[in-house]
Amino acid sequence: MAKVWKIGDDVNTDEIIPCSYYPRSNNKELGRYALIDSYPEFANNKKQGDILVAGHNFGCGSSREYAALALLHSGLKCVIAKSFARIFYRNCINIGFPILISRKLHNKVKQGHEINVQLSCGKIILNKATFKAKPLPEFVSKIISYRGIVQYLRENNLGDLQNV
Amino acid sequence: MVEEKTKMGTLAEEIFSKKLGREVKAGETVITDVDYIMSHDTTTPLAIDAWKEIGKPLHNPDNIVIVFDHYYPAPNSKGSNTHKQIMKFAKKQGIKNIFFKGVCHQIMIEKGFAKPGSIVIGGDSHTCTYGALGCFSTGMGSTDIGVSWATGKNWFKIPETINIEIGGNFQNGVYAKDLILNIIRKIGANGATYKSIEFTGNAIRNMQIHQRLTLSNMAVEAGAKTGLIQTDEKTANFLGANPLAEFVEIKSNNPKYESTYNFNISNIEPQIAFPSRVDNVKPIGEFAGLDIDQVFIGTCTNGRYDDLKIAADILKKRKVARFCKTIVVPASVGVYKKAMSNGLIDIFLDAGVTVGNPGCGPCVGRHQGILADNERALTTMNRNFKGRMGNPESEIYLASPATCAATAINGKITDPRKVI
Repeated sequence: MAKVWKIGDDVNTDEIIPCSYYPRSNNKELGRYALIDSYPEFANNKKQGDILVAGHNFGCGSSREYAALALLHSGLKCVIAKSFARIFYRNCINIGFPILISRKLHNKVKQGHEINVQLSCGKIILNKATFKAKPLPEFVSKIISYRGIVQYLRENNLGDLQNV
Repeated sequence: MVEEKTKMGTLAEEIFSKKLGREVKAGETVITDVDYIMSHDTTTPLAIDAWKEIGKPLHNPDNIVIVFDHYYPAPNSKGSNTHKQIMKFAKKQGIKNIFFKGVCHQIMIEKGFAKPGSIVIGGDSHTCTYGALGCFSTGMGSTDIGVSWATGKNWFKIPETINIEIGGNFQNGVYAKDLILNIIRKIGANGATYKSIEFTGNAIRNMQIHQRLTLSNMAVEAGAKTGLIQTDEKTANFLGANPLAEFVEIKSNNPKYESTYNFNISNIEPQIAFPSRVDNVKPIGEFAGLDIDQVFIGTCTNGRYDDLKIAADILKKRKVARFCKTIVVPASVGVYKKAMSNGLIDIFLDAGVTVGNPGCGPCVGRHQGILADNERALTTMNRNFKGRMGNPESEIYLASPATCAATAINGKITDPRKVI
């Protein structure tokens, strides 16, 4: 079971990690500053394995990957949103940070609730209710199974992106 | 011929179908070659890390473009050390397309890298700008940039398309910036997420390229993957005038749009986006008179020659208000030189404007013009997020170059129709 932190719609990348907190010599340090100015209660009290449940358009704004890296290194198990901004969504897939889309969960879940998320099948359990995350395209699932596109390319001699 | 045409679709489908040599439709995930891969001084370092980790040589150093614009010249040693690291990498890898000449998106256009019908990815969300020239261009993160450096390819989900059909004629003092703010107000910051926007209609056909670029630039502020405009005579003339550029015709054929919105620009007044959301847009009307501490005209949205000309025409033989810090940053050296030879820079300097070096300027809050606590800026930028200009305790309002110039004269939000 994991604790839920709830946040609203249109959380932008500048809120996820303000530009004054990067670049850093070690990207792992970014985790400490995730949402630090916009959601300090989360930033100061989050625990390993917690889950962030967001509204629509999570991660909108800049293409800077530091936002995805900050969440990856924040200890969060995953982010579940009603929808994600496109570039941020790709960035998370590429670095192997789990993200799930569920339009229904946000309205049912409350701050501090405990939920159970099975990343492999996208099953989300809240009390007795079960939610199913939107399935991912095949190639995206493949990237995620390698915990990121870099690992996928390394282990498959560039895989599907090989020049033939 | 006719049969072949009916097979095609939206501009996005058309571009990918031609590239792949087979018909593709929205919803399909494809892997394809990319024509150019752009990144800048903020997104290149992580791309280098990703590329190194992949462990393969660069696929083609000549289709890599790196622009120093977000904080160049460097404001501190941390910045210059990053610049040094990028330059060392580029030198070692034989990357020749390195630029210190302005905002990356303006450089991509001026150098002819953004060609109609081509696919360009950029480590910057406003890469969608070249959609105005019929180029499928879209922003990606640094890992994607590193992946394409190594492979020359990337994966794309062919997007559904929203048609934004625009009719009518602009009132005097109203511009593409007012239109795109009005569009984002209507469809919302999330209105086109994952989708391509196509701007169509008579008003688009009548619109100059610099205005079209402003529209496409802000497509991402509605969440769009790109903002495409079919090529025409104006595109051909614009690219024809540039010896480095090349024109190719790109048209949609019997496109099937996911949805269509209609706008009539004859009814649009100057618009302002209020803090801290780009879709928090209101007509200027009742807000005229609000005190403004800093005006900034420039960026990949509105830093082109024609934007500066609109501002200079308003500021000619006038002075900016005593306590209103006013900054103009040309989008590129090319823009700067043209503005200089046509007397615009003199007009700005005589009016009391600070003219900055070509680049992103105060738009990213890394250097030049960071706001003080509780200050309010009116700017031609594309984003008004909290802290965007370097201080979360300040407020950012977005408007057209004309509204910004008119406001600079009074130090208060001013309707440009009153001063032109």
